Amino acid sequence: MRYSIFSLLRQAARRQRGWTPAWRDADPKDAYEAIIVGGGGHGLATAYYLAKVHGMRRIAVLEKGGIGLGNAGRNTTIIRSNYLLPGNIPFYELSLKLWEGLEQELNYNAMVSQRGVLNLCHSDAQRDAFARRGNAMRLHGVDAELLDAAAVRRMLPTLDFDNARFPIRGGLLQRRGGTARHDAVVWAYARGASAHGVDVVQHCEVTGFLREGDRVVGVETTRGAIRGQKVGLAVAGSTSSLTRLAGLRVPLETHVLQAFVSEALKPLIPGVVTFGAGHFYISQSDKGSLVFGGDLDGYNSQAQRGNLPTVEDVCESGVALMPMLGRVRLLRSWGGLMDMTMDGSPIIDHTSIPGLYLNAGWCYGGFKATPASGWCFAQLIAKDEPHEVARAYRLDRFATGHLIDEKGQGAQPNLH
Amino acid sequence: MRIPCPFCGERDSSEFTYLGEALRRPDPAQPGAAAQFFEFVYLRKDPTGPHEELWYHERGCSSWLCVTRDTRTHEILAARVVREELASS
Repeated sequence: MRYSIFSLLRQAARRQRGWTPAWRDADPKDAYEAIIVGGGGHGLATAYYLAKVHGMRRIAVLEKGGIGLGNAGRNTTIIRSNYLLPGNIPFYELSLKLWEGLEQELNYNAMVSQRGVLNLCHSDAQRDAFARRGNAMRLHGVDAELLDAAAVRRMLPTLDFDNARFPIRGGLLQRRGGTARHDAVVWAYARGASAHGVDVVQHCEVTGFLREGDRVVGVETTRGAIRGQKVGLAVAGSTSSLTRLAGLRVPLETHVLQAFVSEALKPLIPGVVTFGAGHFYISQSDKGSLVFGGDLDGYNSQAQRGNLPTVEDVCESGVALMPMLGRVRLLRSWGGLMDMTMDGSPIIDHTSIPGLYLNAGWCYGGFKATPASGWCFAQLIAKDEPHEVARAYRLDRFATGHLIDEKGQGAQPNLH
Repeated sequence: MRIPCPFCGERDSSEFTYLGEALRRPDPAQPGAAAQFFEFVYLRKDPTGPHEELWYHERGCSSWLCVTRDTRTHEILAARVVREELASS
């Protein structure tokens, strides 16, 4: 069913009784051309573009739970492409361009809202670094605007500008950045993929790989063995668990990242704001809730829940930036499992095992990457050749020294 | 999360700094050291379950501890002072 003002009116006249499911909950078949493991945004987007752009038929997406219940449902919904390094900017810019056309492409309201992403700076050195990053972005054709303190004050009068330790000196603004509705993105890709014949299979956990010699030729699952000529992993926090089943060790650690949402308030924050002196980012949802987050808890975790010291740390950063937050009541907090690579950048590549492809290491930037990740991973799987903008995301870059370390922190996942 | 330090007793995890998986630093003079250092610096077991990891008791006795912790539950199964060759990593 195509969604439009007319379908809405037609259904209104029928008392909303004619709506059909947006996508087909499929049972697994015996064999596929391509199997994508992981029914989050990245996996579903990959399946969608494999079918739509590369014309592949017989594709399955296998999800151990329900679709979109992992990190796709646990993020802070920010989209942006304000990166510094040449390996990253074109990729994230492709992603932002895909976001801009996503709703028309998928005929689904993903609530993409380009309300701007503002990174605040608190010292001259930080402003210089932002000027450099802004220039790098503009050289790649991405929009960036360096604001002074007065311009930030006009936009966000409630911030603590004259804080003794961290006065706000200005900020780097990307107006095309913003937010999107995370669940809707998952549902939109599932619907698009399903309409192109992709089997979206839920409650089907991968428990092993079928091998013929070196080659991976399918997967063992809780719903039986499924053969696939190509198997792609897009499983975020479960990457290490699955690659271990294939006998691979990967350059990443799984960490927990917490996010928070407050009670609903009247309009307060126009876009996304990040605190430059700590690690804190905040935006306001269309319902009025403040959505925010901070640092990782800092140690390996598979628990999907965090501990209280980090809650305290995040709230301290928030109150330092915006003292009025001290009076806001927290509604919910939750944890998601981040596949943190050793340089803070992702991996979209072949593995050393023929037939097995890896899409992982999104650290805590996976949501914004969803469309481009699917686009590039689909091309890799279909053509056995990396997409131009994802060439740098190689699995072997750690061995060869071609790291993409945005922060220059070295091989410490809990600092990225 | 509370970590039982052999010297200080059970202390809150916020007193500690986390380094990561407890690994032995390869000997740079041995043949094949480059490959071993690649594995040491970049590759991790990242288990779902008990994990041997290094914690530094920064706001306590300044010892390096090797802590065994379940990554699914954050339960601490054991904590011991690390040997010198591990601490130097």
